Amino acid sequence: MKLIFRLATVFCLMFIASAWADEARPLHDGVAVEAQVQRLSEELRCLVCQNQTLADSHSELAEDLRQEIRAMATKGMSDQQITDYLVERYGDFVRYRPPLKSTTLLLWFGPFALLLAGGIGLFLMLRRREKSAEDLPLSADEARKVNALLNKES
Amino acid sequence: MKRALLPLIIFLIVVGFLLVGLNLDPREVPSPLVGKPAPAFSLPRLDNADKIISNKDMLGKVWLFNVWASWCGACRDEHHVLVALSKSGVVPIYGLDYKDTRLDALQWLAEGGNPYVATAVDENGRVGIDYGVYGVPETYVIDKAGVIAYKQIGPVTEAVLRDKILPLVKRLQIQ
Repeated sequence: MKLIFRLATVFCLMFIASAWADEARPLHDGVAVEAQVQRLSEELRCLVCQNQTLADSHSELAEDLRQEIRAMATKGMSDQQITDYLVERYGDFVRYRPPLKSTTLLLWFGPFALLLAGGIGLFLMLRRREKSAEDLPLSADEARKVNALLNKES
Repeated sequence: MKRALLPLIIFLIVVGFLLVGLNLDPREVPSPLVGKPAPAFSLPRLDNADKIISNKDMLGKVWLFNVWASWCGACRDEHHVLVALSKSGVVPIYGLDYKDTRLDALQWLAEGGNPYVATAVDENGRVGIDYGVYGVPETYVIDKAGVIAYKQIGPVTEAVLRDKILPLVKRLQIQ
């Protein structure tokens, strides 16, 4: 998916020079602003359709928020400032990369804790199994049976 | 015997988590604005575009701020609850007409009744963004000092009103 996207980008870039000839040419600032809007809207979640980024979503709120981000970017606000602006209003949930803090510890480290617990469980189980598989002396009856089988083979 | 119980216990724990998860609504994102001063706004009124309504007008009283729109289906579900509440006179309701057209909004109020003391018109949704609105209807309980005490995402049902909003309003009113 990423590869296709990259190829598509390269493809587009090949044509962009000619495309600019007849479209309104963005100012140099405009390019940087658009890049920032694009970068940020790929990092932020659309709250209306929660599994889409602002960049992917066509909801009206997402469009408004992209406009808002564009306005802030034009004013020269940094990525951090714009993200903070949205987090102030919608909470950490708008960020696709949640910050590390006390309420998100479980989110960040839960999977590793589960992996560790599973690993310890597996280790203990294997060790126990190894112990139970230790050689036990055969009873007289069992020894006779084994001998009988071995003799039959040869 | 003890070892046979272990998978059962793990299973029950997982079931417990899933059961809780089933009852959570992923659309209810906790608002970071609860406990913070309500964002300032100054907007034209729906009934008279020349008059401006601001959040400062409501300082000193507990009020509900209901975000609605005539295009919003779920607003229809809560409308009768709001109308009944406004008739009881327990708490004033102010509206925010979110990304709507004036004509549609006025017609909506003419048809369903007007539970609002006044409605502010947020035509481009900027105030909505300040309030972190992402799913209309949303309702805020704002205290005498202008601090947001509660946010209801989705329609105000009779149960929500009885169990959450009214007890909170009464508590805030005697403060």
